[in-house]
Amino acid sequence: MNDIGLPDTVTAFTVNGREVTASAPPASRLADVLRDELRLTGTKIGCNAGDCGSCTVLLDGHQVCACLTPLARVAGRSVTTVEGLAQGGILSRVQVAFHRHLGAQCGICTPGMLVAATDLLSRHPQPTEAQVMDGLGGVLCRCTGYRKIIDAVLAAAHAVEMPEMPPLGSALGSNAPKVDGIAKITGTDRFGADAIPAEALWLRVVRSPHARARFALGDLHAVLAAHPGLARILTARDVPFNGYGIYPTIKDQPVLADGQVRYRGEAVIALVGTRQAVEAIDDAALPITWTIETPVIGLDATRAPGAALVHADKPGNFLVEGRVRCGDTAATMATCAAVAEGTFETSFVEHGYIEPEAGFARRVGDRIEVIVTTQTPYMDRDEVASVMRLDPAQVRIVPSACGGGFGGKLDLSVQPLVALAAWLLERPVACVYTRPESLMASTKRHPARVHARFGADAEGRLQAAEVDAVFNTGAYASWGPTVANRVPVHAMGPYRVPHVNTHGHAYLTNEPVAGAFRGFGVPQAAIAHEALLDDLAATLGLDRLEIRRRNALRVGDTTGTGQRLDASCGLGQCLDALQPHWTQALDDAAAHNAAQQRTRRGVGIGCMWYGIGNTALSNPSTMQVGISRDGAVTLYNGCADIGQGTNTTMLQVCADAVGLPLAQFGYVMGDTDRTLDAGKSSASRQAFVSGKAAELAGRDLRRRILSLAGVNEPATLSIVGDRLMIDGSDEQHAVDLAMLTADERGDVLIGTGRFDPPTTPLDENGQGVPYATYGFAAQIAVVDVDLDLGTTTVVRMIAAHDVGRALNPQQVEGQIHGGIAQGLGMTLMEEYIAGHTENLHDYLIPTIGDVPPIETILIEDREPLGPGGAKGVGEPALIPTPPAILGAIRHATGVRVTRVPVLPHRLRAALLAMPADAQPTNRSNQQ
Amino acid sequence: MTQYLRPADLRTALEALRAQPLAVLAGGTDHYPARVGKPLTDDILDIGALTELGGIAEHSDHWRIGALVTWTDVVNAAHLPPLFDGLRLAARDVGGVQIQNAGTLCGNLCNASPAADGVPPLLALGASVELRSTTDLDTLPLDNFILGPRRTALQPDQIMTAILVPKPHRTAASHFVKLGARRYLVISIAMASAVIEIDDARRVTLARIAVGSCSPVARRLSALESALRSQVANATLGAVVEASHLAPLAPIDDVRASRDYRHDATLTLLRRLLDELGARA
Repeated sequence: MNDIGLPDTVTAFTVNGREVTASAPPASRLADVLRDELRLTGTKIGCNAGDCGSCTVLLDGHQVCACLTPLARVAGRSVTTVEGLAQGGILSRVQVAFHRHLGAQCGICTPGMLVAATDLLSRHPQPTEAQVMDGLGGVLCRCTGYRKIIDAVLAAAHAVEMPEMPPLGSALGSNAPKVDGIAKITGTDRFGADAIPAEALWLRVVRSPHARARFALGDLHAVLAAHPGLARILTARDVPFNGYGIYPTIKDQPVLADGQVRYRGEAVIALVGTRQAVEAIDDAALPITWTIETPVIGLDATRAPGAALVHADKPGNFLVEGRVRCGDTAATMATCAAVAEGTFETSFVEHGYIEPEAGFARRVGDRIEVIVTTQTPYMDRDEVASVMRLDPAQVRIVPSACGGGFGGKLDLSVQPLVALAAWLLERPVACVYTRPESLMASTKRHPARVHARFGADAEGRLQAAEVDAVFNTGAYASWGPTVANRVPVHAMGPYRVPHVNTHGHAYLTNEPVAGAFRGFGVPQAAIAHEALLDDLAATLGLDRLEIRRRNALRVGDTTGTGQRLDASCGLGQCLDALQPHWTQALDDAAAHNAAQQRTRRGVGIGCMWYGIGNTALSNPSTMQVGISRDGAVTLYNGCADIGQGTNTTMLQVCADAVGLPLAQFGYVMGDTDRTLDAGKSSASRQAFVSGKAAELAGRDLRRRILSLAGVNEPATLSIVGDRLMIDGSDEQHAVDLAMLTADERGDVLIGTGRFDPPTTPLDENGQGVPYATYGFAAQIAVVDVDLDLGTTTVVRMIAAHDVGRALNPQQVEGQIHGGIAQGLGMTLMEEYIAGHTENLHDYLIPTIGDVPPIETILIEDREPLGPGGAKGVGEPALIPTPPAILGAIRHATGVRVTRVPVLPHRLRAALLAMPADAQPTNRSNQQ
Repeated sequence: MTQYLRPADLRTALEALRAQPLAVLAGGTDHYPARVGKPLTDDILDIGALTELGGIAEHSDHWRIGALVTWTDVVNAAHLPPLFDGLRLAARDVGGVQIQNAGTLCGNLCNASPAADGVPPLLALGASVELRSTTDLDTLPLDNFILGPRRTALQPDQIMTAILVPKPHRTAASHFVKLGARRYLVISIAMASAVIEIDDARRVTLARIAVGSCSPVARRLSALESALRSQVANATLGAVVEASHLAPLAPIDDVRASRDYRHDATLTLLRRLLDELGARA
């Protein structure tokens, strides 16, 4: 019997060929039994509602959601989980294919995908692409854009070989397989909820059902007394310093609300106790007395004169603004041959990582250790120390594998609460968000209203750009200042514009906290600048690609901030590479439309640029690489690998810099006790900044080795057992590593590298060098629009990206695919509405059937500062997609979309609102 | 104390249900999603072991779909005639394969969501439902079973044991269309299903049309059904559809679509549905 009165019964069944018994209530979800009783944590829980498929297992050979399967149902039956796919230590063919084709990025959906694929291949050993989609359609992925998963499953129908590690000296630039790939495809990688000790107490946050309210807490001692399984109830009073936030000067978000809530989902109190006890308590029965107030919702309401204040110290609900000004836009606009103008609006968008926020903390003497899914271990350390009033050295963050981030795991989630509870109770305390909780509590993409006016001369050359971008930053500052500062720099687009006046400003509302999300506001602005480029092309009778080519930033040009671009400006090359595809796609669309199909086909193009790293701020990374007494080589890699692959790419860079084979390297990821600060996995900065630091660390180690041996370059290194061999041009040296003195990590030789990209602060006109380098990209979208239903199907995408140098071309492609999938979702379906879309069947993200074939073209215009010439690609992957799709919709229909997502009803309404003579036609409305 | 009963025969199950209120659990695909983050405290009658409720059986004048028949069972039922094409299409679009393997048609009806994928095709099939208690065996037309969102005529002591689909009198064909904002795992914005029977001259002798997600309960469109009678089944059959035929519907604005759009899109869906059906029949 457990403590909520459900009789435990013993259920016998077979898991992965092994007879097991589970002692749990018969109604228990199989997913919980597998994970908690049998410790088979390869089966993931993403929603507990059958919406995401990450818990997919085989029941007598057929795929089912383990979260919807009662334990009683499996009695005497056979269950196969991801752990059972490999037989006798030999990976199954589909596992090998996933490893070879990069079917896994973060890996959180991978077990479900693999199991679904196994079921599919048992029914259709030689599946078509459509059958793969049908077979895997029940599993959501947020990283890969699905295309490489489809490739992998199709490949698994045939013999497939394990990918090989690159040989000595050629790791950088190779398609080295993920060094954590085997763990991800066998279900052994440990995510935030996977390593929780059995003895841990559980913490459940009670959240506000109201967007704006005051509250009073009643007698919580009575609650504790009534529920023996409860150990403690945390309130705002328990938090030593009850405010956190991204910026050192803005700690405006309480860990637990203090008498006032500012958004639906805000943390009010935390229940700590046994898992059953904290889950059994009905929030409505707790002694919380609410005084509901009218919430401030939307930009118009918050900026209205006399609007209620979200924060008493923020008059006008104004948070922050940023500007870039050069030249005289007003005077120049009057001289332009063509001027285009428009206002564009975007919605709250959810990150939708398939792994909900999760982790646990344990107290070790006067230190606290937090094992958590995160994008930013060092910032977490400092924030936890700040709210607990501890020295940062007393806090250790150990990142788990991260099941997707996209910016959403840059803000604190469970960290301060589990740390505080474990500290006070001196027991491990864990917290795992439910999916609705994750959706309610976590940050979102900033809704934006972007007004822009662009002027060009008769040849289409941009002369002036004015942009006013207003952002809804929600209830707390979070990354609002970053968005407000980054957007003005980028808002004129990747173009040469002599006269610029751009303005970003953010306002607080009683809505979800808007934070960091892949692009920090630039995707919203790109929708505006690209629509205006299309307008100008139409006015001037220019081809849409050609007008972009004429304006593309090139080496030697000066940006709106007055920065001269000295290298690595590959937009022109991207557009040149796209030209034949563009011509062919336009011809193809014309032929399609001439054939009077039910749909109209359209082609669009979107361009972008993106400053790599933090805006006009120092953002250094420090990496270390060591060789131990027994000859192990370890990269102390402070980057949080959130699926983008830094565990692998950092090793690739470092291996070549040291001059040892990649296969010989091990790594430590992000543990703040064992790695130095590599900064956040954000702003597309890790490949560039930490990659450079890894390169410098590798070079430093090599220099030390050669110096120790007294050998000059050229030299060849090798390690055999505990002997380090140095082959110089004329002599061979051997270092007996076991004879050297080891440091506290066990290393006898250490190389250190630090890189901080050179930037300058921006002055009051936004003039300066905000970024050391920029990524560039152009994408073509081809869409089919069903005119009568207003539905849009993206048919194909062609993406050309200047990445400086692809550290791992397969991973770069994977980033581009995933960015396109998220951009597609933002454009066509994603809109978070508090209280209405708090699950993954009302909040829609693209499924395997929604992402079209993607052709990627990698342009490598080397960045001299980057490792091997590399820049970043994470955010650039998403930014051009929405404008490319919107341009294609406009090309197909004539509708100039001004609000995303373009849900079918919005596009249909826009089509109906067009003048009759402008409406596109097709067969079905000619009836 | 919470109970979990999993009887092996129907009589025992019905007696348990008469004795106390129990949540009847079939596929679990609606039960568990309603309890995310909540303790599982319901007293449960798991009917999964009642093998007598499985299978799709052909009888002289009807087909009988047992309470344990899953969506996958329908997809794989090769012996079903074209009459069931619409239901089969609906089955293929319910959730992912995981849900299709677990979820049951009867459970879908008992859950009575306005967007239940099974309801329009089963209304179009003229289906009835069989409800059993220890004392009674009731057969109710599906139209009379679902009373409102999440509300049915099922009594606390009853189990829905089967869906009964009458056999057509003539050549019959059916179809189903579902509209959503993404390809898989979609709760529909609107959906429509139709069954027509035709004579040797390809004239429609009977039509049943149902639309879901556009009213609290999926509705038949009787005026459209009347208008279709005697029409020749061909690829322009959909031209019969008029806005006035949608009078029984009451679409609403929600996060998925606007009211006006639902109305407008339903007209398009119905025209396409009937064009396709007319061409195929």
